[in-house]
Amino acid sequence: MIDKTVSSVEAAVSDISDGATVMIGGFGTAGLPCELIDALIAQGARDLTVVSNNAGNGETGLAALLKAGRVRKMVCSFPRQSDSYVFDGLYRAGKVELELVPQGNLAARIEAAGAGFGAFYTPTGYGTLLAERKETRNIDGRNYVLEFPLHADVALIKAHRGDRWGNLIYRKAARNFGPIMATAASRTIAQVGEIVELGALDPEVVITPGIFVHRLVQVGGAATAA
Amino acid sequence: MRFRRRTREQMAARVAADIREGMYVNLGIGLPTLVANFLPLDREIILHSENGILGMGPAPAPGEEDPELINAGKQPVTMRTGGAFFHHGDSFAMMRGGRLDVCVLGAFQVSAQGDLANWHTGAPDAVPAVGGAMDLAIGARHIYVMMEHTTKTGESKIVQRCTYPLTGIACVKRIYTDIAIIDVTPRGLSVIEMVEGLSLETLSQLTAAPLHLATA
Repeated sequence: MIDKTVSSVEAAVSDISDGATVMIGGFGTAGLPCELIDALIAQGARDLTVVSNNAGNGETGLAALLKAGRVRKMVCSFPRQSDSYVFDGLYRAGKVELELVPQGNLAARIEAAGAGFGAFYTPTGYGTLLAERKETRNIDGRNYVLEFPLHADVALIKAHRGDRWGNLIYRKAARNFGPIMATAASRTIAQVGEIVELGALDPEVVITPGIFVHRLVQVGGAATAA
Repeated sequence: MRFRRRTREQMAARVAADIREGMYVNLGIGLPTLVANFLPLDREIILHSENGILGMGPAPAPGEEDPELINAGKQPVTMRTGGAFFHHGDSFAMMRGGRLDVCVLGAFQVSAQGDLANWHTGAPDAVPAVGGAMDLAIGARHIYVMMEHTTKTGESKIVQRCTYPLTGIACVKRIYTDIAIIDVTPRGLSVIEMVEGLSLETLSQLTAAPLHLATA
């Protein structure tokens, strides 16, 4: 019997190693797997490269991971926010490296990794600072920049419901990066608001098929009332 | 003759008047977000938010906010009947693939060729952040910029060549400012509307690139 469920967030993240590349789902706090991040902080892995759209809000979640000094490098599109003072301070002090990637290129590089592509040409960023020293090519009269896939050792994501095979559905705009990050990591760990019986999720509405998910853990109260 | 600058609300209403039934539209963070308040509800206009929403509606009533239903500026929103959710890959495919009719963006500077600078001041102590700005700039079929015509210190935000780092090259189609509406054309900057009392001569003095009047 396949059973990808684990009983605790601590067990879910127990084997993340120092130096790992970790994708973290979420856009701001929507879809951010806070409980998994807290467990990662307690677990102690350091020297991490974190791929996430933002670089933390306030002092919880990703900001807490940064504050604990566990992140060597952030790969993200929008670190600066009204409440991103933890990242801002570390960046200005030279204590964290930043690879800034346009949001659509970030998504496309994650998708490319998941789909097994070697690289791709994108029009986004052509002629800007973020494409400096990158290979370019004119295809049918339009200019493109060569971008490479972003793989991760681990993806931490948040979904609404899942089953023991790892099939997932999401909730509203908390879906954001979850489905694509799930495809791009060697190991995808999902926290879900509810683990349901196999068969309870309509195959027509499954967003992430279980083939992309390695572990899932139920986190109480993760889903807000609809 | 004296002229009066449009308020932010008047600018938003003016942009909204050009957005037609059936259009798929992305409104950037900041001033462009105001445009949504002036889109008539009886016009079916589908708002896209890059975090994964089509058919975004207005802000919810107090107490009805849902932390998992937010716009690209991370403010709570609602859904219109017929709306849809999708992941980031699909959301940016909609842009890059040319499905959005109009995107309205704020700007630091726009050049006479339609180059856009809106993501970074280039200040050495600034924490850079780009988000979806570069994807939107090259993706939407029509990029409209909405901005004050001049900076707080009176310098023109329309320039021959951008001095701030670029977001996209030759991507802006139209500029809505607090005193004029200007199209970026192969023949240069073409003034299609000015606020009452403003002459082309005065507008030209406030603009750091050559202008001509559009021929109707």
